[in-house]
Amino acid sequence: MNSLLQAETGGLPINDVLFVVTPYVVLALFFTMTIWRYVKEKFSYSSYSSQFLENSYQFWGSVPWHYGILSLLAGHLIAFALPRELLWWNSVPARLYIIELSALIFAVVTLIGLVNLIIRRAIDSRIRAVTSKMDVIILLLLLAQVGTGIWVALTARWGSSWFAAVVTPYLYSLFTFSPDASAVVNLPWSIKLHILGAYLIFAVFPFTRLVHVLVVPNHYLWRRTQVVMWNKRKAQGAEQ
Amino acid sequence: MNVRSQVSMVFHLDKCIGCHTCSIACKNIWTDRKGTEYMWFNNVETKPGTGYPTQWEDQSKYRGGWEVSGSRLRLKSTGKARIITNIFHNPHLPTMDDYYEPWTYKYEDLFNAPAGTDQPTALPISKVTGEYIDIKAGPNWDDDLSGSPIYAANDPNLKNVTEEQRQQLQAIERLVFFYFPRICNHCLNPACVASCPSGALYKRGEDGIVLINQKRCRAWRSCVAACPYKKTYYNWSTGKSEKCLLCYPRLETGQAPACFHSCVGRIRYLGVLLYDADKIEDIAKLPPEKLVEGQRDLILDPNDPAVIEAARKSGVHESVIESAQRSPIYQFVKVWKIALPPHIEYRTLPMLYYVPPLLPVLGSSANNIYENGTNAEAIFHPFDETRVPISYLASLFTVGDEAKMRYVLRKLMAVRTFKRAETVGDIPMAVALEALKLADTTEAEAEEIYRMTALPTFAQRFVIPPMHREEAIEAFKDPQDHKRAAGFGFMDAPKRGL
Repeated sequence: MNSLLQAETGGLPINDVLFVVTPYVVLALFFTMTIWRYVKEKFSYSSYSSQFLENSYQFWGSVPWHYGILSLLAGHLIAFALPRELLWWNSVPARLYIIELSALIFAVVTLIGLVNLIIRRAIDSRIRAVTSKMDVIILLLLLAQVGTGIWVALTARWGSSWFAAVVTPYLYSLFTFSPDASAVVNLPWSIKLHILGAYLIFAVFPFTRLVHVLVVPNHYLWRRTQVVMWNKRKAQGAEQ
Repeated sequence: MNVRSQVSMVFHLDKCIGCHTCSIACKNIWTDRKGTEYMWFNNVETKPGTGYPTQWEDQSKYRGGWEVSGSRLRLKSTGKARIITNIFHNPHLPTMDDYYEPWTYKYEDLFNAPAGTDQPTALPISKVTGEYIDIKAGPNWDDDLSGSPIYAANDPNLKNVTEEQRQQLQAIERLVFFYFPRICNHCLNPACVASCPSGALYKRGEDGIVLINQKRCRAWRSCVAACPYKKTYYNWSTGKSEKCLLCYPRLETGQAPACFHSCVGRIRYLGVLLYDADKIEDIAKLPPEKLVEGQRDLILDPNDPAVIEAARKSGVHESVIESAQRSPIYQFVKVWKIALPPHIEYRTLPMLYYVPPLLPVLGSSANNIYENGTNAEAIFHPFDETRVPISYLASLFTVGDEAKMRYVLRKLMAVRTFKRAETVGDIPMAVALEALKLADTTEAEAEEIYRMTALPTFAQRFVIPPMHREEAIEAFKDPQDHKRAAGFGFMDAPKRGL
């Protein structure tokens, strides 16, 4: 059913605004602003590491946070990209439990890392000196997002299965420009908040230090060890 | 043969008076911005001493430089397999406390203090946090404190020095130190470049200057950990690393770098060396005892017709070859063999060389009378009794090989003896000539060393090659078009509107 049509015929338009209009606005913002920033403000693309200013607590924040969040995002991506395979995998309860339990563990690891990063930023005066408004905003948004994620995991069981069955079709409908939010609007508020939180994070993403994700150094693995650049010759890797 | 040119340097340590003019000249030009206050692209250390950042030479802590593993050369701190784990938390990264927290003083308190009986004071405040701080360290905290058990005793180079020598080194009558000015070595096998995950660091092909592309640097911090000399610095404010750029904008306009130009003791020399780039990896992998000669072998004779031919073929400009032929660095390093690279065991092949210091060679106290031992009989007084132990200098410059250090010191001493015999005359000429022979040198060479050490003109000290920057734009467009459009350079065009 076309949900936009439903809105016009007297249904609550709020759900359509939130789950149909918002994602498109967010995606447009995300792409235009990250590209604009890369072209015009390339100097500002940085991870803004503060390990130099505080070294030991940083380990207990940054390391669990990064491993945790990357694993969780990979999980979300698998449920989005391979929904049938995931449902097949989950058809045996033991395998479902493994997925659910490891996801929860990663979520807790992520939360520990994030909380440590927030505490570190709050208590260390040097770190406070390099904290911008956007740093605070994105940290709080991420905390809320990890929080709702764990809330979902605890209250709406077997997320790996219903994500593949309910959320993946919704996301597909968005990407194929035939938006259908009818299944999502009936989900519990915990899940809806988690989805909206994700949109919000995507929206502010281009304005935060998170852009460093987009410039991860993938070519290091195959470039030559030394880099030599010439005025007149084409840039090249050289010796070794 | 793949001939390349490298702008190289020699610092003559006997002439350094530790005035820090070089450091200040550099700071005023390059590192007086927010986030760079703690950086000293050029710094002067007291040796024996722990240096800046503290104990930078202790590679068991910082893991800088390269190591040979099997037939391969690999970075000690990172690598393709270790980049993922290092990027979230680099275990070998020095922190600000290893350098020092920059500060200023609350000067307005001097003016705003209410009238009273006490002198007002300007309390120190941190340039990072703006809060009051208790200053615990500075960039030259151990300046001239060579004999101190707190600072000098922790110098990693003292590990080869015997306990007895160590005692002597700190005995008040023998107390001695020298200055060790340091800038980026612009290495042939730079660890910083090899470690950068983003590929932001690069070595310029034409002159070998190592630079960081500020737009590609993403604060992964690998270069800071990888450089064994700790000459890349992390700007905590901009989230970018920065390093000595050998004042390339000055070099490109034919001026010596600021630290060279301002050097009061005239200890600094700059010129081009030609080298064979195909051999870099093989030389960097040599066993430690062969590294000093190996690096010397890498440097090619700019007067050899075969080298000139190969250089032309590799695209080295005619004017640069001509400049290499007049290079004072070639004389010091390759002909006279009296300039040595610092800590070549880090295997980065540094292109900054040092003439080691002779200092007051000997000193002793007998019957409570201090003697500065320089009488004629003592010319080649056993170097084992020098005030700075040979083993200490060898640890700095020859991977612990005392024979190589003796060779250099003997030659320097012979030149001194020869000139003394000639000008003062209190040493018989026969003794001086014998000294020259023992030191593997001749009267003519001694005269040359003397002239280049004591009397060089500005143009003899700094033989700056034409860098032909005007040709750089040719790769992209017609230089005349470019000049009319934007002036020289690669900055954004002065365009009107969007």
